[in-house]
Amino acid sequence: MTAGEMGSMGREAASREPSGRPPVGERFRAFQESRRRGEGKREGGEQPMVPRAEFRSYYGRPILKPPVWHHDIAAYLFTGGLAAASSMIAAGADLTGRPVLRRTGRVTSLAALGASTYFLIHDLGKPERFHHMLRVAKPTSPMSIGTWILAAFGPAAGVAAIAEAAPLLPERGPLGLVRRILPPVGRGANLVAFVMGPPLATYTAVLLAQTAVPSWHEAYPYLPFVFAGSATAAASGVGLIAAPPEETGPVRRLAVAGAALELTAMHKVEHELGVVSEPYREGRAGQQLRLARRFTVAGAFGALLSGRSRILSALSGAALVAGSVLTRFGVFDAGKESARDPKYVVVPQRQRLEERGLERVEKVTTPEAD
Amino acid sequence: MVAHEPRTVPTETDLRDERLIRENRIFGPLDPAPEAGYGMDAPPRMGFFTDTSVCIGCKACEVACKEWNNVPETGLDLLGMSYDNTGDLTANSWRHVAFIEQPVSREKLAERGTATGGQAGKETPAFEGLPTSRVAAPDMAARAATTGKETGTRPGVPPSPEPGAAVEMATEFLGMPSTVLPGQLPGGERTDFRWLMMSDVCKHCTHAGCLDVCPTGALFRTEFGTVVVQEDICNGCGYCISGCPYGVIDQRVGDGRAWKCTLCYDRLKDGMMPACAKACPTESIQYGPLDELRERAARRLDHLHDIGETGARLYGNDPSDGVGGDGAFFLLLDEPEVYGLPPDPVVPTKDLPAMWRTAGRAALAMAAAVAVAFLGRRP
Repeated sequence: MTAGEMGSMGREAASREPSGRPPVGERFRAFQESRRRGEGKREGGEQPMVPRAEFRSYYGRPILKPPVWHHDIAAYLFTGGLAAASSMIAAGADLTGRPVLRRTGRVTSLAALGASTYFLIHDLGKPERFHHMLRVAKPTSPMSIGTWILAAFGPAAGVAAIAEAAPLLPERGPLGLVRRILPPVGRGANLVAFVMGPPLATYTAVLLAQTAVPSWHEAYPYLPFVFAGSATAAASGVGLIAAPPEETGPVRRLAVAGAALELTAMHKVEHELGVVSEPYREGRAGQQLRLARRFTVAGAFGALLSGRSRILSALSGAALVAGSVLTRFGVFDAGKESARDPKYVVVPQRQRLEERGLERVEKVTTPEAD
Repeated sequence: MVAHEPRTVPTETDLRDERLIRENRIFGPLDPAPEAGYGMDAPPRMGFFTDTSVCIGCKACEVACKEWNNVPETGLDLLGMSYDNTGDLTANSWRHVAFIEQPVSREKLAERGTATGGQAGKETPAFEGLPTSRVAAPDMAARAATTGKETGTRPGVPPSPEPGAAVEMATEFLGMPSTVLPGQLPGGERTDFRWLMMSDVCKHCTHAGCLDVCPTGALFRTEFGTVVVQEDICNGCGYCISGCPYGVIDQRVGDGRAWKCTLCYDRLKDGMMPACAKACPTESIQYGPLDELRERAARRLDHLHDIGETGARLYGNDPSDGVGGDGAFFLLLDEPEVYGLPPDPVVPTKDLPAMWRTAGRAALAMAAAVAVAFLGRRP
């Protein structure tokens, strides 16, 4: 139909408008209002099956692009933290003469590091170009910083783990020399890993927060504490599983400290971010995080109370590890969900605009304070 | 809504300032090319001004962009929500024309003198008196919102988890291109309406979230102040996709790399106009030095306000906004979210110093916890 045709029909129609009837625009808005108030069906009309949202959007479609990272990255959040905290526990065990705890920590750290490397490279769109990460060092890119943290942590944790092989070497000859040199070299490397451990365990929180993903970004004041606590609890859990009761005193205390830190910070993430806390409480992410909390609490109490029972200690340790894994997956999924839903973009940004509008008014009416 | 009194916006010449460039590296107004190392004699910052009030929805920009940049096709899927079957900006669509159908605003009707009864002798309500039938628009829109599209990219055009938001849209979704007649209401009546069209594109932000987080240096700032991905460097880490506060950049499946508008960097270098602007038949897409575009946009906005188009507003033109102003900015006729744009985007990097500080505190707490646990009494 051409514009001309429409126009001529419209003019004919105008003459047929019954007198006393409000114009169509008015009628349309009255109709909209009646629907908004949830009044009954109008004759011939249809009520939508889906309840109306309270914000405007482009056909309800996502505004942001949800992260393309797979669960590789969620898994890496766990293995990276585990590698970091395991090395730290190994260093403590080494310096305080707890050989089994030391060996467990170093081997766990290397294994977790290997898994991390796999997850990180596997998630790339072009895995064969993984080394392009080494072209630059950029403080604005936590992924770049993380690459360099891993580059410093990895060899140190690796050497510390290899040093555990010293007792397997012959006592004489050139290998005997290596056998004698390895323990002090391992200790030195382990101390380097101890220093790089906390950055490795916490930079991943900045990695998530330095995005436009609403539920990750807004959580930045708490996420590093969640991840530090979660990593500490998980590595303590592995120590509880593997080490004999006479060596596990420190990791029991650490397990409780880590769990407490994780649970406190996570509670804030789940409740203090306004509307963007929602994805942490709802859906799959909510389920995972509720389960994570149960495991972590059970693991922490178990670590305190299991005493000399190897089985109870191991079960507590496993609960702590499970809690940490679920926390990481829950946080990961909650962020993805928040980017998928335009609500978490529009609603907080509208609030921000309104608050700024109020600010502007206040500035006009009140004289300068200072 | 905030009043639309014209704001004085600093010019790019003002922004090319040693002090601003030194102090606002993370956040705040500045001219990006000198900050990126091109020096104070870099070429003027170039960009787009997309005036949606003259867009006719022809999609010539989408086609020209694909032709010039050799962007893969995105299939012939129908999204079932409007004449927009592209869906969104993706790695395989660097321009995207949005279509929004709305009843004419109350203000507009009052302006025309139709609100108090009838046509005021000038305008006739569109489609008044035409044949009518039942309408299914709200449910259809909700259904359409849950339809994704295979674009050959990730995340591409995923289905919406908010069909309710589409229903909100759908009371204003007047039946195009459904089987019912345009402008039709439930109840069989028809109404006056307007059709908004907008050609969306990468915003080439002053503080670009994608560029800040890129760990390989694949994304870089050009001498024209634009943001471009180097396809021979990108390793497909996907960080830029989460870093963009506008949801622009996207990953190509199979290829694995991230792709987006380059503002036709190759053409710019030869002093040519980007393909989309060249193809635009109504000059809705205007290309030029950003200074000149901002002036032109301010004049256009004044004109539209003068003739009663009170809903007109500029989006992304202000260097003091959350991303330091956009290299590609827009004149919109409704709120940004209606076009699928974030109402108040802020570059995540704004909070980065605070984030690193928090992470530092958490790291120290962790180290202290381990030290204390081992220094404590032996069991």
